[in-house]
Amino acid sequence: MTDLGSLATEPLFGLALPELWFALLFFIFGMFLFLDGFDFGVGVLFATRDDHEKEQLLAAVGPFWDGNEVWLVVFGGTLFAAFPAAYANLFSRHYLLMFAILAALGLRGLAPEMYEERDDDQWRRFWGSAFVAGSTATPFLLGLFVMNWILGSATILTLPGILAGLTVVTLTVVDGAAFLGLKTRGSLRDDASEYGIRAVVSYLVLAVITLCVTYATAPSLRSSFQSPVVVVLVLVTGLLTAGYAAATRQQRYYLAFATAASLVFTLVALLAVLMFPFIDRATGLTVRDAIISTLPLNLMTIMTSVLLPLVLGYFAVLYFAFRGPVERVGMAD
Amino acid sequence: MVDPVTASRLQFAITTIVHIIFPVMSMGLAPFLIYFTWKEIRTERPLYEQLRRFWTKIFAVSFVVGTVTGLVLEFEFGTNFAAFSTTAGELFGGPLALEGMMAFMLEATFLGIFVFGRDRVSDRLYMLSSIAVGLGTWLSAVWILIANSWMQTPRGFDVVVENGHRVVKLTDPLAAYFNPRFPYMFVHMQNSAVESVALFMAGVAAYYVFRHHIWGYSIEHIDFWEKTLKIALVALLITAPLQVLHGDAYARHVSETQPQKFAAMEAVWETDASVPEYIVAFPTELDELLNPRTKELFGIGIPGGASWLASGGDPQAMIRGLESFSTEAPPVAIVFWAFRIMVALGFWFILLAFWGAYRWRRGELFDDDLLHKALMGSSLLGFVAVEVGWIVTEVGRQPWVIQGVMRTSDGVSPGLTSAEATFTLFGFVTGYTLLLGLYIYVVGRLIRAGPPSRDSLQTTTESHVDSEVLDSD
Repeated sequence: MTDLGSLATEPLFGLALPELWFALLFFIFGMFLFLDGFDFGVGVLFATRDDHEKEQLLAAVGPFWDGNEVWLVVFGGTLFAAFPAAYANLFSRHYLLMFAILAALGLRGLAPEMYEERDDDQWRRFWGSAFVAGSTATPFLLGLFVMNWILGSATILTLPGILAGLTVVTLTVVDGAAFLGLKTRGSLRDDASEYGIRAVVSYLVLAVITLCVTYATAPSLRSSFQSPVVVVLVLVTGLLTAGYAAATRQQRYYLAFATAASLVFTLVALLAVLMFPFIDRATGLTVRDAIISTLPLNLMTIMTSVLLPLVLGYFAVLYFAFRGPVERVGMAD
Repeated sequence: MVDPVTASRLQFAITTIVHIIFPVMSMGLAPFLIYFTWKEIRTERPLYEQLRRFWTKIFAVSFVVGTVTGLVLEFEFGTNFAAFSTTAGELFGGPLALEGMMAFMLEATFLGIFVFGRDRVSDRLYMLSSIAVGLGTWLSAVWILIANSWMQTPRGFDVVVENGHRVVKLTDPLAAYFNPRFPYMFVHMQNSAVESVALFMAGVAAYYVFRHHIWGYSIEHIDFWEKTLKIALVALLITAPLQVLHGDAYARHVSETQPQKFAAMEAVWETDASVPEYIVAFPTELDELLNPRTKELFGIGIPGGASWLASGGDPQAMIRGLESFSTEAPPVAIVFWAFRIMVALGFWFILLAFWGAYRWRRGELFDDDLLHKALMGSSLLGFVAVEVGWIVTEVGRQPWVIQGVMRTSDGVSPGLTSAEATFTLFGFVTGYTLLLGLYIYVVGRLIRAGPPSRDSLQTTTESHVDSEVLDSD
């Protein structure tokens, strides 16, 4: 056996690694929801645009969405790597829901690529609708899935889950509209802003309703709700909502985009707080129960602390290269 | 209704069989794209820009479909093989997570620049992007093959019982990750990816060259296709002989580390010395023809051939028969035939490569109609060889999902019902058929459309100015 010294027995730097990986898992989910979230939002708004503007929407997300979606792959991989028992239980329990998510994501992934392949009306109508359907269904199903995960529910359709799904869809529209604020100009940007403001109001209303319904229907979660952090996060959400609307009205699009990102991460933090200390409430698995043993955990921590900053660096290069609006429709060919 | 174990196995088989096409396309195209980009930047010849653009489009479509199908694969470990995931997660999950973080991220982010950024970024960053994309595809294979090869030759772990489950605990990461099978698998896989894409390129190019030089059609950008054919032939000339060389070493390694798989590859039931290498074999009873586990064989073989292969040169060597193992044999006929098809194709590709090289040397590369027909007919055979190769690997290791540690049937999710599994199996067959059809349709269209015309290439400087103006506002 290779000598790996204290790596095999002692947690790295004496850190509480299970909790750290729980936080990391939600950070990765947050990155996915924020980055691919604006792709979904753009996909939903795709339904409202004319042909020329549709091209612009596709050009706006074109260079980014492949990379954005990889955060979901990394999320799945991280859950598998750090909490394999939770990964296995959760995904096999929500068997059909997982396949629905994959189908919706597949449709969303294929549609923009296919849309560009031919320019006859029928083909574009079909793939345009597929893009809208995939972009709406994916965040809805993900919201449903995450809420069921927190509730520890074995049934697919739960009232809090459905409400959470709708909430997440409105959030992606908020996000997508903010992104279009940066990437477009003129009437397209004005329209997107209008949708963004309406979406952010809906988001706040839906989020509050979802929380109330969850509180009322899930007694097991009540103690988590009483954490002061939850109150703070809800208040922050309210403030950010107002901030988003104000920033959009004043045409301060970078600020609007930053508030949209903050809204996403606030939601993800709220979900994490509601779930903790469990990683899978249905089986009673806590974060500490489900974590892998010290040696692989330490190795994963070392690898990730090198790789994650690198990955964020790649994204910085990509977003910097494609900064500024897409005036010309500049697809690859 | 199909029982959950069978349905899960079928589903996984379908997912992998379809998925592998797209990573092979990406991994195989990657070195070509790096070369085209480098030449384009160095020579500024429009021909290389055409080559880069044309093959990048095919790369991009393959990448998208590969992402969609690969995501499904990643989640299937949880949905259908939860017991396996619980048991082996500590070892198996790590490589998957690292594939995402280390490789897939690199590939996907720089693909954005590579596909959309030619006139947005400097030549240097553009060149770097093409290398990053290529490196990403190859690193993906490193991590995926680490995970897979560990299942074939598991090392560096202990099995303990935890909460009533048997769980694999990682004790020696280096031994586990760089297990004995890994180097064989990696070299064989990467080389086959480049070889498959070289064959594909050669086949497509041969079609246009054939129509132009043999049938006399006027083909636009015929120099583009001539160049493609030459580059593909060079790649084939390097990869085809290599594939057979390390394939031979690989087979010997299998006979040492997975003797049951090797026995299935050769359909050896009784332990024996001087085992012949059957070129073909059939059941002696006609009604046994469709039974993959049939035993009474009539075959035509080279005396001592299999023994010679297994031992690396001794025609009298002993080979352990399938009867001597305590576990049920894998479906022998499938493994036996898949192996033979792979080997036969491997030799055919060498023949093609030398045939092409000979004609080229004599200055007749564009005149031999039979060669063109052979290349056209072989354009997809590289992918066939990859598929049957994986069938040997994956069917051959049955009944084990982790060799000697866990059986596949014990790895399936315990709560899965027949109804759920059958429903999704049906969904998979339909969905994946449509997906594959769509992919073939789109790639076919791209090929028929041919390379971008040279007039459209000269717009780069103009749009560069455009984007400068935009950046400043």
